[in-house]
Amino acid sequence: MQKIFSRPQSLSANPTHYCPGCDHGVIHRLVAESIDELGLAERTIGVAPVGCSVFAYEYFNLDFISAAHGRAPAVATGIKRCRPDSIVFTYQGDGDLAAIGTAEIIHAANRGENITVVFINNAIYGMTGGQMAPTTLVGMKTATSPYGRDASLTGNPIKMSEMIACLDAPAYVTRVTVNTPAALMKTKKAIKNAFQLQKDGKGFSFVEVLCICPTNWGKPPAEAHKWVTDNMIPVFPLGTFRDKHKIEA
Amino acid sequence: MADKILMKGNEALAETAVLAGCRHYFGYPITPQSELPEYLAKRLPEVEGVFLQAESEIAAINMIYGGAATGARVMTSSSSPGVSLKQEGISYIAAAELPCLIVNVMRGGPGLGNISPAQSDYFQATKGGGHGDYHLIVLAPNSVQEMSDMTMKAFEAADTFKNPVMILSDGVLGQMMEPVVLPEPVNFDINSKKWGLGYRGADKKGRNLCTTIFMDVEHLEEHNWHLYQKYQFIRDEFEKGSWKDLSIEEHECEDADIILVGYGIISRILKTVVEKCRKRGIKAGLLRPKTLWPFPSGRVAELAKKTKQFLVVEMSCGQMVEDIKLAVEGKVPVYFFGRTGGTIPSDFEILNEVDKIVRPD
Repeated sequence: MQKIFSRPQSLSANPTHYCPGCDHGVIHRLVAESIDELGLAERTIGVAPVGCSVFAYEYFNLDFISAAHGRAPAVATGIKRCRPDSIVFTYQGDGDLAAIGTAEIIHAANRGENITVVFINNAIYGMTGGQMAPTTLVGMKTATSPYGRDASLTGNPIKMSEMIACLDAPAYVTRVTVNTPAALMKTKKAIKNAFQLQKDGKGFSFVEVLCICPTNWGKPPAEAHKWVTDNMIPVFPLGTFRDKHKIEA
Repeated sequence: MADKILMKGNEALAETAVLAGCRHYFGYPITPQSELPEYLAKRLPEVEGVFLQAESEIAAINMIYGGAATGARVMTSSSSPGVSLKQEGISYIAAAELPCLIVNVMRGGPGLGNISPAQSDYFQATKGGGHGDYHLIVLAPNSVQEMSDMTMKAFEAADTFKNPVMILSDGVLGQMMEPVVLPEPVNFDINSKKWGLGYRGADKKGRNLCTTIFMDVEHLEEHNWHLYQKYQFIRDEFEKGSWKDLSIEEHECEDADIILVGYGIISRILKTVVEKCRKRGIKAGLLRPKTLWPFPSGRVAELAKKTKQFLVVEMSCGQMVEDIKLAVEGKVPVYFFGRTGGTIPSDFEILNEVDKIVRPD
């Protein structure tokens, strides 16, 4: 009998701790599939963040390191500079990357570090219990914005992809989502492209994925995925903001 | 024998790091340690190494964390306010048991303080600094020659004990020039550390993982006791094992009525004070901890049985004096004299203090 679908080699058999309906598991799989398909498993090193995906290292069959909150791009820089033949990626949420780790991500991008960043944006802090993130939408209620995010008090949602695309160095900056099968296929393509660019030594690649947090949004997964279309995408438009490789090709 | 050359302390340290096989430096500019990164910015590209100026001390120490996790010999340097910023990363590096070299060329604090030499980061360096139950190995050179010697030793100790090592220097040692004999270069191979991320030897079993999170209380407790046992082993190695030579330096302590204690640049001044005391008929001795953690408590306790008193001199309001008091256990009086804020005490001032103690008329 021919096996036509199985767990990617780069994905471990450990059951995840993620909430039912969470998108992390799907995106882990897309990362693992991309690494497998490009034949990079043996030389890939992952950097886990602080947040819901703090245990990401449990779910990949790859060399891994867990970083302090927000510092993953700096840790990845240290690894890549010492082992330039390795493929290094960070997997970070919006609190980690867009709040406490803003300096690290901007400067890693600006140096054009030849690493891949998978950025999970679900507009909320999940692990700590649903507090306001820098990406929380205006008016959105969270544990620390119980009256809805007030832009005059805490600013507007921060658009990381657009910010990073302002820099000269990054090779690839794109924003995708996984709320429909078609969107998921596009995300797979984006993640694989990002790793391909790193493999080819083309420099910094950044994939922002709009995701849901059913638990802290208080919405069932199907409704939450619709909420992404109705509310998140208008604020965080999907699209590719930088694709140097394509331009050069 | 290798030639003697004239070098600044910071430069001697930097060149020795290269000779020790360090090919990666990550740091952020701050006075008074800038000669160190500036030297390596020129030097490392000559040996196919990487000098990377980070966006902050926080980023730099996290680059060290990543670099050290691959098994490479890596280092960073800074001065007091910058080292405060590095404490988060240092805690992670200690927890993950990664070897690296961190240099603190101390300046006056707290706050921005000033850029003059000081010794007021002793507590931070030896008692933790960051969060959690951990220790750094802390070496305190007192000459340009030792800035070099201890750098080679620091990389060896870091690899041997899988622990971050700090060289606690100060603005004087960093800036002053003295003749120095540099060591022979070491051939270091990143793949000698099979636990390193990205190690791909044929003997690799499974994957290499570096983490500091232990969610189950029993696992974290087990990890903390494991670290504790390692620290006890390091203590033994420095007190009576193969690292003993790096622990202390003594002059004329055996018959001393008063033992002067100081580390780093202060110990140079104290040596002069001891000579002057002896000429004046005061039986003074010098005890100089070369390693500040593990602290040479055993030897201090032995000397407490022989001498009549200790005088601890520091460029702080009194930090190491607490470790001396702990080791002396009240057996004899422990006096303290300090200057702070970037002021270096003169031999004359210290001699006056000795006089007040031994001739209290």
